[in-house]
Amino acid sequence: MNEYNFAYLDEQTKRMIRRAILKGLAVPGYQVPFASREMPMPYGWGTGGVQVSAATLTPDDTFKVIDQGADDTTNAVSIRKFFENTAGIETTEQTEKATIIQTRHRIPEMALSEDQILVYQVPIPEPLRFLEPRETETRKMHSLEEYGLMHVKLYEDISQHGAISTSYAYPVKVSDRYVMDPSPIPKFDNPKLEMDAIQLFGAGREQRIYAVPPHTKVVSLDFQDYPFEATKADHSCDLCGAEDSYLDEVIMDDAGHRMFVCSDTDYCRSRRDAGHLGRLAKEDAA
Amino acid sequence: MIELVDVSKSFTLHNQGSAVIPVMERASFKVEPGECVALTGASGAGKSTLMRVIYGNYIAASGQVLVAGLNVANAEPREILALRRETLGYVSQFLRVVPRVPTLEVVAEPLLDIGTEKHVALDKAASLLRRLNIPEHLWTLSPTTFSGGEQQRVNIARGFAHDYPAILLDEPTASLDAQNRQTVLTLIEEAKYRGAAIVGIFHDLDARRQVCTREINVSDFAPGMAA
Amino acid sequence: MTPLLQVEGIQKHYGARIGCADVSFDLYPGEVMGIVGESGSGKSTLLNCLAGHLEPDMGRVIFDTRTNGPTDTVAMSEPERRLLGRTDWAFVHQHARDGLRMSVSAGGNIGERLMAVGERHYGNIRNKASDWLGRVEIEADRIDNRPTAFSGGMQQRLQIARNLVTGPRLVFMDEPTGGLDVSVQARLLDLLRGLVREMGLSAIIVTHDLAVVRLLADRLMVMKDGHVVEAGLTDQVLDDPQHAYTQLLVSSVLQV
Repeated sequence: MNEYNFAYLDEQTKRMIRRAILKGLAVPGYQVPFASREMPMPYGWGTGGVQVSAATLTPDDTFKVIDQGADDTTNAVSIRKFFENTAGIETTEQTEKATIIQTRHRIPEMALSEDQILVYQVPIPEPLRFLEPRETETRKMHSLEEYGLMHVKLYEDISQHGAISTSYAYPVKVSDRYVMDPSPIPKFDNPKLEMDAIQLFGAGREQRIYAVPPHTKVVSLDFQDYPFEATKADHSCDLCGAEDSYLDEVIMDDAGHRMFVCSDTDYCRSRRDAGHLGRLAKEDAA
Repeated sequence: MIELVDVSKSFTLHNQGSAVIPVMERASFKVEPGECVALTGASGAGKSTLMRVIYGNYIAASGQVLVAGLNVANAEPREILALRRETLGYVSQFLRVVPRVPTLEVVAEPLLDIGTEKHVALDKAASLLRRLNIPEHLWTLSPTTFSGGEQQRVNIARGFAHDYPAILLDEPTASLDAQNRQTVLTLIEEAKYRGAAIVGIFHDLDARRQVCTREINVSDFAPGMAA
Repeated sequence: MTPLLQVEGIQKHYGARIGCADVSFDLYPGEVMGIVGESGSGKSTLLNCLAGHLEPDMGRVIFDTRTNGPTDTVAMSEPERRLLGRTDWAFVHQHARDGLRMSVSAGGNIGERLMAVGERHYGNIRNKASDWLGRVEIEADRIDNRPTAFSGGMQQRLQIARNLVTGPRLVFMDEPTGGLDVSVQARLLDLLRGLVREMGLSAIIVTHDLAVVRLLADRLMVMKDGHVVEAGLTDQVLDDPQHAYTQLLVSSVLQV
């Protein structure tokens, strides 16, 4: 007997997860505890995101998986195949064709629509964890909106490094209420957290789900005299020439040659298909 | 300004089988503004005790202790604290200070407590210390390191920093040389002149005769004496 | 004048044992109240009940709040009490480590209360922190050091700065000079007296040290076995003790 229930999880489990998701959407940014299941991959490999996706998928969905922006890394491929096997749904690498996108550590460059759902894989959901190790205390801080400590962390950054040095998993305030860890996306992606799509966050090992409904206010924390900046490498993509996308730096040889390419592989491909060429692509063509 | 009506005082030593030691009873007298009244009587007759009762440092067993209209014997703590800040000064025989505080600030403290601006308070403190011959190089040191006579003069300077309408002085000229003794007596005269009511204990007969307008013998209030 | 704090009938039991019983007093703005007693007298229990760290079995602790006037803090919701604890109230612990974040810099420690009430300008926060370091006599260049690098006395002074930066009106102190060298104690006492006077603070100080209480407190309560046996002006209670226990306590102080 080797037939899986649709999307691997039993119906009761999916119901439990959906309840957590609904609660998360009703209270944007609030971490909802859920009964995380044993999944066929170890903790730290996206079990939270997989469970959220499994509970969200319907047979008509088209599913995309990216890992640090790329569709073709081992983890993205594995998870995509997992859902092809257990749910039989259509999969795609094209962002605009997907109805559900599971992502690790990036938000796609292309703006998402109201018909799409973005599922994030989250390692540590608690933004206050590093300064306050007690779960009892952090829960109180969230419920009482006591977030002074979060700014202490940013203050320490500036006093030690001259600027807020946090470059990923940059904390945000959702809907003027909860402080949330947006998962380890680069801070460059933070402005995109205000979007038309539904955003769901799953942390399997920590057993938390949280959510941001469409068109919700999401503000990155900062100081008046040290405002938030969505920074990226000061380059354009060497393949497609994009000035406005987050770049990966790739070492090409041991002579110090490097190239910068869009981390979002689908975005890069679609730009190149449309005729945009970057430095190295032009050289190839020449 | 100061009036005692039928005041009595005794001590109960609970740890010595509750022995009761009566010290005074039916003490009544008045001190008007501009007067300096000397408390006299044998050693142990209760002069210091009476002074402390007026200050609220000792609790009167019965009677009224009126200072500027406030009955110290049954007033609220904050009323007595306010009285001591603004109206009633007390120069005891001992200088009790927080260690480490410079002399100049010790003397300025009563003025700072009533809200005087710091530089004004320090100036007044400096002028008093100068009059009492405390050399300037000592002003930044804590008086806890000074000799007995120097401590006494700092104590007096602090007692006269603010122009209290009522002042209690316990042996203000003890352990002072002639020149400093005279300075203190001058300070007392100046206080009298501006209308302060003063009660003092002076073992030194000359000093007593020089500044005091009246004497009250506390032996008159000894327990068991007929009125 | 409205009292800043009205304590009515505070009682706390630990099972059949009395922690503290039937404690009532009023505290006015600018007054410093000392609570003395030996170990087991109930003074720390009382302080913790007053400061909202322990829930008393009975009684009211009515504080004259800025927005709503006299309010019973025992009956307050926890968020309200916690907010009070960050703004109008302060608590100086005996061990600085209990009152500081040891892994956060001195500046961050002082700035935390400011950030907790909405201060969002880094420069302003840093300036205020520097200012307060000066007021508690810690060199300004230590602002980025962690408290782990400070001596015990410095940690205690940092704790005071951290507590006073938002200008609280009532400060609770639990043995503030305990465990410090005698000369360090003197410095701290002097600092506290100055701050109390400058900022018009009221304070409730628990200590077993009568010398500290004489120098710092205007009023005194003596506790034994959970009860207040005597209360009054500090100098009066120490110089003219009425109760047998107070007389014993005062006579037991070692003279230097």
